[in-house]
Amino acid sequence: MRERSGTPNLHELDAGHFLHTGSQAPQNLAAHLDNQVPVESPRAVSRTSESDPAKHGEQHEGQHYNIPLQDLKAVFPHGLPPRFVMQVKTFNEACLMVRKPALELLHYLKNTNFAHPAVRYVLYGEKGTGKTLSLCHIIHFCAKQDWLILHIPDAHLWVKNCRNLLQSTYNKQRLDQPLEASIWLKNFKTANERFLSQIKVQEKYVWNKRESTEKGSPLGEVVEQGITRVRNATDAVGIVLKELKRQSSSGIFHLLVAVDGVNALWGRTTLKREDKSPIAPEELALIYNLRKMVKNDWHGGAIVLTLSQTGSVFKPRKAFLPQELLGKEGFDTLDPFIPILVSNYNPKEFESCIQYYLENNWLQHEKAHTEDGKKELLFLSNTNPGQLERLCAYL
Amino acid sequence: MAAPCVSCGKAVSYRFFLGARVSLAREQGLWKAAAAEVQTGTASQILRLRHTTVVSTKKNIAALRRETYTLDFIKKQIEEFNIGKRHLANMMGEDPETFTQEDIDRAIAYLFPSGLFEKRARPIMKHPEQIFPKQRAIQWGEDGRPFHFLFYTGKPSYYSLMHEAYGKILDVEKHQNQLRAQGLFSEKTKTKDLIGSRWLIKEELEEILVEKLSDQDYAQFIRLLERLLTLQRGGAEEEFVQRFRRSVTIQSKKQLIEPVQYDEQGMAFSRSEGRRKSAEAEAVVYAHGSGRVSVNGTDYLLYFPVTQDREQLMFPFHFLDRLGKHDVACTVSGGGRAAQAGAIRLAVARALCTLVTEEEVEWMRQGSPGQEFQQGTEGMTSLFSPMSGMPAGKTHSAGGDSKAGLWNHLEAFSFTHLVPGLSCLKGWDC
Repeated sequence: MRERSGTPNLHELDAGHFLHTGSQAPQNLAAHLDNQVPVESPRAVSRTSESDPAKHGEQHEGQHYNIPLQDLKAVFPHGLPPRFVMQVKTFNEACLMVRKPALELLHYLKNTNFAHPAVRYVLYGEKGTGKTLSLCHIIHFCAKQDWLILHIPDAHLWVKNCRNLLQSTYNKQRLDQPLEASIWLKNFKTANERFLSQIKVQEKYVWNKRESTEKGSPLGEVVEQGITRVRNATDAVGIVLKELKRQSSSGIFHLLVAVDGVNALWGRTTLKREDKSPIAPEELALIYNLRKMVKNDWHGGAIVLTLSQTGSVFKPRKAFLPQELLGKEGFDTLDPFIPILVSNYNPKEFESCIQYYLENNWLQHEKAHTEDGKKELLFLSNTNPGQLERLCAYL
Repeated sequence: MAAPCVSCGKAVSYRFFLGARVSLAREQGLWKAAAAEVQTGTASQILRLRHTTVVSTKKNIAALRRETYTLDFIKKQIEEFNIGKRHLANMMGEDPETFTQEDIDRAIAYLFPSGLFEKRARPIMKHPEQIFPKQRAIQWGEDGRPFHFLFYTGKPSYYSLMHEAYGKILDVEKHQNQLRAQGLFSEKTKTKDLIGSRWLIKEELEEILVEKLSDQDYAQFIRLLERLLTLQRGGAEEEFVQRFRRSVTIQSKKQLIEPVQYDEQGMAFSRSEGRRKSAEAEAVVYAHGSGRVSVNGTDYLLYFPVTQDREQLMFPFHFLDRLGKHDVACTVSGGGRAAQAGAIRLAVARALCTLVTEEEVEWMRQGSPGQEFQQGTEGMTSLFSPMSGMPAGKTHSAGGDSKAGLWNHLEAFSFTHLVPGLSCLKGWDC
């Protein structure tokens, strides 16, 4: 059941020929069974040479595309799942699989109407199905399209295990998280260098008695201020969010708000004040500002969100539906949104994944390339991408 | 333990032996007195065998010290047992003529219900042959001369048996030579199928001969018998050898195979149960499917996040090379996570029996030693082996069997955990 998209060279031929192979694909699927002699190399099955996400289409489904490593550092200073980062380091290349949910989202994003309010897309699915990596795929696409990426890698990190909570200077009721905010600002700067000098702030911000940012100065200054003065980092984040939201409608840039684990914004936190009373999420300044960001009262971009149970607090393990993870409050706030289900691998994608591992000599067990071995892996992982990756790590 | 026999009205004198072996030296006269005492119908009918040392005027005091039960005593016990059996049959309203040992066991269990966990400590009533250990009769006469010509070897019965076996071998060879001389010798050797029976083990042989053997003696004896088997032999020799073989029951015949059932859509499926520790599972395996497994309504990946549990589920299919060909819907309750996985595995294996040929069932039962398991967790456990104390499948007799421990060991050979590398069931014979 391998997709006969032909060898990668054929993509470069004229469109007519391309369509020709495309239409031949279903016939080939029907005609060729598994006992066909694999004349085509496995590279055609598991990889594609199309490294621009904008050009990814149906025919690339199930195939891995390569992201150059410099791009990786520029686009993803944070946000890749840790296991994926390890894999990139091991294989010395970053390959993402093109999958249907991502393709669907790409299609929507290509057709966004920037005059309308930002549409919210929510990627949801069971644990380990590939929501975060699909999000990364989208981010790569938007980065290539020169959008401004506002990527919060894991909102759960902001609601648990935070030290050094300070009382916010801006609003006495809220609490600051200097460490998290400063880390995020650093990464934000790396990802969006070129925009920071173009965007100008539209009002004056006074940090303290001695420092202030004038109106019209580039956004980069605000970010610098947040990084150097850690105490004001949270406020800097808030300012960045506010400015971006205000100015995205102007049309200078397109804004992509990408939040992973958005269900952390509503729900409970594990943080407590000194008197051991629990803190609600809205009392954290970062969360408060982020909530404003994911409201669809601005236009000129899109909002792509991911639900995640893995890092969540106080949520049952088997919960994955939006209603369960967001809770009533979150669901009402996010409503209306477009839900996109990310599911386990289909057989073609599974085969492609195994081929990819075999090419990189990752599976060392002698039975790994046999049909029996593949069936075993299929059963044990139940085609769940996360489980498969963990299993293959042992082989 | 009070005996309720008073209701009979008669002076019944059957004895209940508590199964403990008490060694005593008793003289005839004392025994008669004790018997008379009981026969007068005292309230406590239990006769406790008391330790008494009796100084007697008999010769051969050394022999007397070792010989615990006299022949007369044993005979008396047998008589009393038989009488007691008839009384018991009467009490239970059964026919005394056709009252078997199983009936006796049932009757005793009914009359004296015991909550003791140790089966050997419960009340039993068995033939004295089974209760009193076999002993040797006095082996020398009045003048001190031994009866058996091999007495001074120290193991007369063993050596006489060896002589007998060797004599048979010589006879057979002589017969063969005669045939060869006459030209009627045919080379064909018909080997009787030895599968399904096994040699006696050393303990059993010791019991038959009533003397202690060493391992080398035992090995020598078995070698002789095997040599006899290789020759062409007639019926008498065959009988002689068969005396020393015990049959090994084939366990899989006892496995009930459910017939295939069909549900509304016409899909063939099979349902069966399995238990492990305190988890109970019921599995419905569909004959045609794509390898989806749902446990208690949820996907098995979500229900068993640990890989080891999913490996357990995979094992029956992997063994029969039927991964991805069946759908399973199962329910499980009780136990912990690993116990539930084991229970489902057993249920699935049993359900697959209906969908699979007889030989594969037998193969499953034995757990072919060539199987490698991918993650190398458990290797060769056969699919029906009770992994820890599961009752289903074991057929040894309950309670009252004083040799239960040893015999369990033997019965278990038919579905033992096979150590990788060893083949076949005859583990200790190779």
